[in-house]
Amino acid sequence: MIDISDVSLTLGGSVILDQISLTLPKGGVTALVGPNGAGKSSLLSLIARLRPLQTGRITVDGHPIDTTPTRQLAKVMAILRQDPGVASRLRVAELVGFGRFPHSGGRLTAEDRRIVAETLERFDLTGLASRFIDTLSGGQRQRALVAMTFCQGTGTVLLDEPLNNLDMFHARELMRMLRKIADEHGKTVLVVLHDINHAAAHADRIVAMKDGRIAAAGDTASIIRPDLLEMVFGFPMQVETIAGRLTVLHHA
Amino acid sequence: MTMATAVRLKFGPSAAALGALLALAAVSLFVGVSELSPGALFSDPQALGLMMASRVPRTLAALLAGGALAIAGLVMQALARNRFVEPSTAGTTQSAALGVLLVTVLWPEAPLGWKAAVAVVTALAGTSVFLALAHRLPPTQPFLVPLFGIVYGGVVGAVATFAAWQLDLLQYLETWTTGEFSGVLRGRYELLWIAGALVALAWWTADRLTILSLGRDVGIGLGLNYAAVLRLGLVIVSAIAALTVVVVGIIPFVGLVAPNLISRFAGENLRHTLPWVAGTGAALVLSCDIIGRLIRFPYEIPVGIVLGVVGAALFLGLLFAGRGDG
Repeated sequence: MIDISDVSLTLGGSVILDQISLTLPKGGVTALVGPNGAGKSSLLSLIARLRPLQTGRITVDGHPIDTTPTRQLAKVMAILRQDPGVASRLRVAELVGFGRFPHSGGRLTAEDRRIVAETLERFDLTGLASRFIDTLSGGQRQRALVAMTFCQGTGTVLLDEPLNNLDMFHARELMRMLRKIADEHGKTVLVVLHDINHAAAHADRIVAMKDGRIAAAGDTASIIRPDLLEMVFGFPMQVETIAGRLTVLHHA
Repeated sequence: MTMATAVRLKFGPSAAALGALLALAAVSLFVGVSELSPGALFSDPQALGLMMASRVPRTLAALLAGGALAIAGLVMQALARNRFVEPSTAGTTQSAALGVLLVTVLWPEAPLGWKAAVAVVTALAGTSVFLALAHRLPPTQPFLVPLFGIVYGGVVGAVATFAAWQLDLLQYLETWTTGEFSGVLRGRYELLWIAGALVALAWWTADRLTILSLGRDVGIGLGLNYAAVLRLGLVIVSAIAALTVVVVGIIPFVGLVAPNLISRFAGENLRHTLPWVAGTGAALVLSCDIIGRLIRFPYEIPVGIVLGVVGAALFLGLLFAGRGDG
């Protein structure tokens, strides 16, 4: 469970986040959507303690993120930032193995090795395990980073635009994977998405942000509505049910 | 695969490399102006004296300085998240030299240990400024960091040169800026063991340093105490650079060539590559010192100058050979 109350963020005199309060229940996939500059990434950075909290309070599974030791938080939540610019020449298996750092402090135990092997298999990376990450394509590297994040084995997973660099196949695979770990392992997934249709197809809940505030939050079906989407994104779009799925026609 | 083959595959390369390094050290012990043969050690007490007072310290100093400088480069690259920096191209070494100059002016009779301590402090300050500024440079322009480092190191170096010129100490400065081992005797190199201990410390914290090289966000996400590891890396780099400047002078390129060479073949998981990088640096410096002793025998060419040529050639070779796929 992620509990955010009264969180504001001011950078260089301009208000980035304005008194955000939001509670996300344990389990399920929540999509964070909104136009550029709405404050989605800033909110995610605050939750993940990558940025110091200025005002308000955030807890993840009951742990206040500003007072809990960082190593302990790393066992509770994992974060993958948008384009972390990892340039080290590590092998894929080594990178994914570092996901176990909060638990083992570097020396992988037999249990850690089993989890790493399983994660590699799950993310279709076994064949690439001994490749250096600087020899991978952008999409493969992104998958390796997501795998490292999952390997951390936390109850809460935060992802900032993980579909960047992924082709249609791997974008769909990743969203189905998020769905699966939420359904089968009861994990709480909070993911920033730009493609509203991925949110419509895979998320349980949608939180829409605009101008540093929460514009709307609720079940996916209650957010994917023409009037609400127009209010958030600033242009009219059509919402149709195609083959039983809510689909937003926003391209034309 | 039989047990014996497995053992050979696992330890074979390390054993071979260690053997090569020991052979190089053996050669170093018997190369010099005074004739010295292995047999004489047992019959001639003077030969043994020369061996223990000069040849052994010189060989150990080259191995320690080479290994430690290679690790300083490796850690520097993790701190700056850039493959093309090392202490001598990032102002660390120049700041250390400035510190030695300072202490020479203010306290001329200071023992070597105090000179080293002051050099460590100024190196720390100089490197902190470099890192604080380098982290502001856009990560999309990887060549800006080394470029900035060269300019910054040049400015600090120029301040040292100007001060030395004003104080009529240019010749003094020269002894720290051109690294050489000819002055290394028993009692004059032991501070380098501290640099050796710092290499062990770097190996001990190898996983943290590797995570550091993945960047701040990934590091914090994985529960790393980012600021503390950054400070530790800073101390390792500054202390190694300062100690080698005080004892033998500036030896360029080792910190650049050794890590980049090993990274090509074995990657950058420091827990596995760190001993290889240290060994490569030690071998590189010791061979350059032997070359310097032989090339116009019986006179010597300082190791700093030999390495300037050999290191530059190796580094250019690495740059143009591109990166292997591993």
